[in-house]
Order: sequence, then structure tokens, then C-alpha cells
Amino acid sequence: MAQTVSTRPAGLFRRVSNPEKRKKRSEALTAYIFLLPYLFIFLTFTVFSIGYAFYLSFTRYNLLRPPEWWGLEGYRRVLCLEALLPRGEDAPPLACDDLFIKKALPNTVKYTLIVVPTQTVLSLILAFAMDQKLRFRRLFRTIYYLPSVTSSVVISLIFVWLFSPLGIVNQLFNLNINWLNDPRYAFYTIMILNVFTTSGTLMLIFLAGLQDIPTAIYEAASIDGANKFQVLRYITIPMLRPVVFFVVTVGLIGCFQVFDQIYVMTSGGPLDSTTTVAYLIYKWAFRDTTVKMGQAAALSFILALIILVFTLIQRRIIEGSGSVGSA
Amino acid sequence: MATLTQTVPKKATFSDRLIAVLDRVKTPVFYAILIGWAILCIAPLYFTLVFSLKPVANVYDPPLFWPIPFSLENFRDVIGALPLFPRWLLNSTIISVVVTLARVLFCAMAGYAFARMEFPLKKFLFTALLISMMIPGQVTLIPNFLVVGPGIIRGGLKIGDWTIPTGFGLMDNLGGVILPGIVAAFGIFMMTQFYKSIPKELEEAAMIDGLGRFGIFFRIVLPISTTQLLTLALLTFQGEWNSFMWPLTILRTPENFTLPIGLNWFRGEYYTLISKVLAGSLFNTLPILIIFFIFQRYFTQSIAGTGLKEG
Repeated sequence: MAQTVSTRPAGLFRRVSNPEKRKKRSEALTAYIFLLPYLFIFLTFTVFSIGYAFYLSFTRYNLLRPPEWWGLEGYRRVLCLEALLPRGEDAPPLACDDLFIKKALPNTVKYTLIVVPTQTVLSLILAFAMDQKLRFRRLFRTIYYLPSVTSSVVISLIFVWLFSPLGIVNQLFNLNINWLNDPRYAFYTIMILNVFTTSGTLMLIFLAGLQDIPTAIYEAASIDGANKFQVLRYITIPMLRPVVFFVVTVGLIGCFQVFDQIYVMTSGGPLDSTTTVAYLIYKWAFRDTTVKMGQAAALSFILALIILVFTLIQRRIIEGSGSVGSA
Repeated sequence: MATLTQTVPKKATFSDRLIAVLDRVKTPVFYAILIGWAILCIAPLYFTLVFSLKPVANVYDPPLFWPIPFSLENFRDVIGALPLFPRWLLNSTIISVVVTLARVLFCAMAGYAFARMEFPLKKFLFTALLISMMIPGQVTLIPNFLVVGPGIIRGGLKIGDWTIPTGFGLMDNLGGVILPGIVAAFGIFMMTQFYKSIPKELEEAAMIDGLGRFGIFFRIVLPISTTQLLTLALLTFQGEWNSFMWPLTILRTPENFTLPIGLNWFRGEYYTLISKVLAGSLFNTLPILIIFFIFQRYFTQSIAGTGLKEG
């Protein structure tokens, strides 16, 4: 056997006769066998998908006929931008789908501006309360996590019923509001649901952050005669800053992707008052009677860009605060 | 030093007095906050339970807080009279179990390769993995739907007499829900981080004993990483059991629905039977709650971990 290997002709096989190199090559081969399932899924559902979605975003595609190239028209329609690229003299008047600019984007921004601060402050307060050495902390922690383990669909269905005209909320507070069918209230009901379901998880992140602050720093401060306000101002808050940014970024990204609750509770209505960016992508691609896959793909890249910007800002701030902290 | 400053009498400033007051009210205030939020967290599930334990004829009659009169009618109907509910339960179970088992194994394999083996393009592939974690699911939703279901080119790619399918043809099929989920970037990342932290000596000893990479992985590495594998399994199971957007896109006929999709569909079809929907909802919630209570430690640790890792 060994003889046949050594008498093989020059080329690939000769090089592996070096035992060190042969070992290396067999290790690489083994590694790729370990990676095979991942690479298959990654190449199919991530690399190819992103590329194909990018291509689709420059096409008109309704599933019935093959995608038809129309350049930036999809982006132009989504953003309602005449100026995105110069159009020819004889170009038809701009057909603009202003649902993104007029409804989805303002709605999502409003949603984010209300939900993120509320859930951040609420979960921070809860984390402070949990960090006191009070009794029943384990029980509280378990209870707070309940809304997060419940499926988003189930909790949405429960909220649909709680906030229905005959539901518990109206009965308890003696109100007569049609929460989910009134454009004035529907979006706020969904916001309440979101704050309700995420605060428990965010509280756990804050709690871990609080408990991660070394007790030695607190002891040093009390020896230096710092009072409790000073400890909070100069130790707890600065040390917690990276965690706060993390929670805020996770919140921002989550808010921009909110879908399940909208789909189940209002389907974007009434009068598009709860249509968000993520819901609009789904609506254009799968729900509208005339399917607009290309336009939906264009919007998905706009969404990805927004999320990317948030992520990069978060990275910047955390890295910045990290160097300040260590200096 | 400390004793010296304490002996000097200090005039109480405003902030000192404020702290003294706050110290006295602090504990009751914190208890009030904790108890108040706990009540809010339990209330929706509690009211749901009460509501679904009342007979359909009396659902809107008082009292609100207790199931009087009491009836198991809704739960009986959900299990017995509506054949779709058990079907959905089964579909959800199949999808969650298969995805969980596959993902845990494949993520552990890939994580081990990234942490412990040398191979060309390793850095590049790992960076690609990290980047892929930042891409929102909406971007890949449409092409993934095409690839899993109808195909990129309708009717396949025709080259001469050959027709090459451009999709998996798994539309309205549980397999279509399962396929893209069998590996997850965050799972690989998690396992890579863990395998980097275990001592190399264990593997080296095994290698001297003549064990190959596969033997090391299955006989040594997998058994010592049960905690991580269990955490990944729990998070995956919870995510798949509750997942909505992807199965909603793939599954079309009621017989193939998962429990969340089915419940939402049922609500739309029979909106007067809301108490049955809520009883069914509790069936969706119960398994996760039981798993959560048993393995609470793993859930909370993994969440606290994400904050620390990134923060």
C-alpha cells in the first residue's frame, strides 16, 4: 500500500507524501465535513438569497411572469423619489406607492420612539428593584419572564380578546373603546403589548449588568465618603452605559422588525394606522392581490440599511465608552 | 483614614437628609414596583385561563375573576371535537423537535471546526458567519420562499431536454418549514465560543489514544458540552414552537398548519368561538411553560450572557 503511494506520478499526490502536509490536508477535509451542513444552508439561504433578493429589488416581479428588469424604479416607487435617478423626457409619470413614506416609516418611527424609551426605563427600574436584596426575587424573575416565553401569536390573540369591545380591559375600567378598530387607539394597544412582552427579558440583561459591577468599586466609593447619589451618578450609571446601549439597540432593531403582533392583531389596519415597515414588506410580497415581489425586496434592503446604521452606531458608542472606561 | 473622617461631626446636607428619607421608603416602594409588575405579567394568562374554563353560554357573565360556573367544555372541544387542533399540535411538535435536534448537532459540528481545526478560508467563513447574524430576516424571506417553494424559475431551468428544478418544491410541506432552520449562525457562534474555552489537553490525550477527529467529537467533545447544547436546544425549541412568519409563508392548507398559524386562522374563520381559541392558546403555551420551569436556569443564563457578551 505504502509502495503504491510512493510510486504515484508527480502532481497532487506527490506533495502529500510529506506527512506534515498530509496531516494538514486531511484535517482541512475533516473540517469541511464538519462544516458541510452549515455551508449548504448558508450558501443556499443566506448567500444566494441575499444576492437574489438584491437582483429582485431591481425588477418587477409578480410571480406569474419572470422578473422583469426595471432598474431603480422599485426604489423610486417605494421612496417616492423623482430625483433618485434622472428619468427620460418621455418617461411615464411617476407611479408612487406612498404607503412606506406616508404610513409605514412614520408609524415605525413613532412606534420606536414610544416603545424603546418606555421598555428601557421600565426594565431598568425593575432591574434596580430586583438588585436590592429583597425576598422572593427568584419568584419575581420567573413571573417576569412569562410574557417572553409565551408565543407572540398567543399573547397577541390574548390581547385581541382583552382589548375587544366586550373584553376585560373595558370591563375592568368601565370603558367603551373599540381598541383595535379605532385608528386612534390600535397602535397604542400594540405598543402596550410590545412593552409588556419585552420588558422581562431586558430586565434580565440589565440585572446581569448591575451584578457585573465589581463590589470592590462600591466599597472603594463608600470609603471615599461618596453618598448614594454620587455612587449612582459616578459609578452605577457609567458602568451600566454599555448595557444601556445594548438594550436600546436590541429594542430599536426589534421595533423595526415588528411583524407577528401587527399581523395577528390588526393586519396593518385600521386605515393603515398600524402598518409598519416589516409588515409592509410582507404585505407587498404575499398579501396584496397584485404581488409586488421586486418592490418588497427593495424595501427589505432599505430596512436592512436602517438596521445596519443602528448596529454600527451601537458598535461605535460601545467601543468609545469602553476605551473611556479603561483609560 | 476612614475612622478619622467619621469622628468629625458633619452638618447634614440636603442630599443627606433626602437619602435618609429615601432609605426608609425604599424597600416598600421597590416591593410595590415588583409586585405591581408581577400582577400585570400574570393577569393576561390568568384571565385567559378563567375565560376558557367557563361554559361558552356564560363567558361574558360575571364574575370576571373566577371560573364560575366551571366547565371543561372548551378544552374537551379543542382536543376531541375539532380534529384540526391535535393535527396542529402534532405538526408543531414535529417541526420543533426535528429542527432542534438537527440544529444542535450541526451547530456543534461547525462550532467545533471553527474553534479547533485549521482549514483554508477559516477566517473568511467566520467573518461571513458574524455578518450573516446582522441581516434582518425580511431580506431573505422572499428568495427563501422561492427557493423552498415554487423555485426561482417557474417550471425549472430548461437546458435542452433536461429540466433542472430551481427550488426544493416544499411548498405547503413541513419539510419546507424545517429546512432553512437546521443550522443557525448564532448557534454556531455560541458553540464556537464555548469550544474555544475548553482545555486542549482532553483532545490531545484522546488523539494519543488513537481517536480520530470524529471519535473525539462524538465521544469527548459532545459529552462535555451538554450544558451548552441544552441551552441551544431550549432556545431553538422555544423559537420554533412559537415561530410565525416563516411557517405562515410556507404553509397553506389548514391540515398542515402549526399551532400558532392554526390558532390565528381559526380565530379568523370562527371569530365567535373565541373561548376555544383561547383554550387552544393555552395548549400552545403550556409545553413551553413546563420546559421553562424545569430549565429556567439555562434560559436566564443565556439571556444574561447575551448582554454581557455584547455589552
